[in-house]
Amino acid sequence: MTGIVEISQVWKTYRMGAEDVHALRGVSVSVPEGQYIAIMGASGSGKSTLLNLLGCLDRPTSGTYHLGGEDVSRLGDDQLSFIRSSKIGFIFQSYNLIQQLTVVENIEVPLYYQGWSERDSLERATALAEVVGLSNRVNHRPTELSGGQQQRVAIARALANDPLIMLADEPTGNLDSHTGSDILRLLDQLQAQGKTIITVTHDERVANHAERIIRLADGEIAEERAGRQP
Amino acid sequence: MISFQLKRTFLAGVKSLWLHKLRSVLTVLGMVCGVCAVIIMLAVGEGAKFEAQEQLKQLGSTNIIVKAVKPPEDKTSTTGITNVAQFGLTYDDLERMVETLPNVQVAVPTRKIPKTVGNGARTLDTSVMGTVPWLPTVMNRKVAVGRFLSSTDMRYLRNVCVLEQPVANTLFPFKDAMGQAVRIDGNYYRVVGIMEPVAPPKMPKAGADKSDGPTGIYLPLTTVRARFGETLVTMSSGSFQREQVEIHEIVVSVPAMEQVEKTAAAVQQIMERFHNKKDFVMVVPLELIRAAEKAKRRDQILLGCIAAISLLVGGIGIMNIMLASVTERTREIGIRRALGAKKRHIISQFLTEAALLSGFGGAIGVVVGIIVAWLIGYFMTTTTIVVFWSPALSFSISVTIGLAFGIYPAYRAAEMDPIEALRHE
Repeated sequence: MTGIVEISQVWKTYRMGAEDVHALRGVSVSVPEGQYIAIMGASGSGKSTLLNLLGCLDRPTSGTYHLGGEDVSRLGDDQLSFIRSSKIGFIFQSYNLIQQLTVVENIEVPLYYQGWSERDSLERATALAEVVGLSNRVNHRPTELSGGQQQRVAIARALANDPLIMLADEPTGNLDSHTGSDILRLLDQLQAQGKTIITVTHDERVANHAERIIRLADGEIAEERAGRQP
Repeated sequence: MISFQLKRTFLAGVKSLWLHKLRSVLTVLGMVCGVCAVIIMLAVGEGAKFEAQEQLKQLGSTNIIVKAVKPPEDKTSTTGITNVAQFGLTYDDLERMVETLPNVQVAVPTRKIPKTVGNGARTLDTSVMGTVPWLPTVMNRKVAVGRFLSSTDMRYLRNVCVLEQPVANTLFPFKDAMGQAVRIDGNYYRVVGIMEPVAPPKMPKAGADKSDGPTGIYLPLTTVRARFGETLVTMSSGSFQREQVEIHEIVVSVPAMEQVEKTAAAVQQIMERFHNKKDFVMVVPLELIRAAEKAKRRDQILLGCIAAISLLVGGIGIMNIMLASVTERTREIGIRRALGAKKRHIISQFLTEAALLSGFGGAIGVVVGIIVAWLIGYFMTTTTIVVFWSPALSFSISVTIGLAFGIYPAYRAAEMDPIEALRHE
């Protein structure tokens, strides 16, 4: 139990009518701090379910999930919300920025739910916009930005609460290959700074940026191999 | 920190409402009507209360007025040649009331004789009222200049008089009436006082007998008896008509409002026993005002119903639009939840929006309501008064309704599954 993420024998079962569907069948993963790991698999392999569990959006039917040494597999809704706001950074395929908020306000959202003061949160959000190279766009709205820029805002937002793990769900899925590789490079840089990154993808090139690749099939780990060496 | 959260929630609410300006405005129309109706209802209510108080002040809430009326014509026409219509209140009536009714504090008898009064060439047809010195106290009147009649005037049958303001103005337009002489039937009466005018009552049906304030000349009752006798001779269409009336009006005053009704019943009994002909009417100001108040209250209930229905419709409108907004923003809710928003954060966000929406409608309603209330007071006979707390009250009602009807949509938003919400297109 040394990893920052410790999943052991996790099952996730959905009831579909009279039948039980097992999305995950006893998955165990341990991710040490600072590792860049990719989860691959065809659709229906359970990788989205695993991502939701890792992101504390859902609870396993059985098995345990320790995040940073804390058992989060049986927490209540409010406590899970707190874990998400303090320990997890999400990066989505479709960026998921809030349309009516500006760039800086979008970055501030997780800080706001953590109860930061207005001045501190503005300061941090501005600094993060600079980190992702958008310091000249802080007062723009998402609709005024390109896809790559939007994903950068999303990454800045994921970094805002200084999370234990960053979860990226097909981070380049909506981008052309050029901007996609920019984003991947940004993630590489973040890992170089010591961030733990878990990315879910079906794209080999995206997965190859990770040090470790896990392939899921039918809710079980089918293959585990090393990726790019740091 | 808390204030920052509040500010952010507030600003976010304003922003998302601003995003749908037309929709927001249309949504709050029901709320505007409701709040408007509340303001008007309160204004009419306050106005009615004010009017009633004014009326009571004028007529005296503790007074019972008994008036002489000519009984139906058939009796007098058969009396033949003498043709003296004998009716009205008598000195005996007055004495009976004062002596037998324990609650009666004081009674004011008045003889009212239509006369032509003059000052030199200026003449005026008005009524000469023989009365007693304590009339101002009982009738709640004030003497503007000089004094009212005194008991000495009564005892010595002095030729003095007190004028109502309109009479003084007509007879002595260019000089002070005080100390001047007024001619009535060849005799002269010195003016010793002038009454302070009273504002005309706004409710005509509850008013006394004149529409535009009291008029006439007051003389000591004893003087009137001595000078003019008990029989009035009037000429009408070529024939003389003679009436014999001792007292035209008696105002009975009791110490407290609670005794008015009982005493009025007792006065009625006494009067009925000694008057076979129906030659008197009773006016109880308190009853009149109560009746007027009841009518006003009916108006108020109607307005209250309109207000309640409008507020309900307004609330449903807000709930409807909030539900639409929640569905529309499912994804935003998912994002916020994923980024760490607790259920209560989502609830407070949508409740704030609902409250803002209804508060906005309430504010418009307050403004429109005050204007309409003023217009009603200006163009109609109804008095309307917007008291300082009525805008505050109606505004908070609107916000409360917004919150109440926003609870369900906000709850729906908070109960969404974040994973489903994130996947929502």
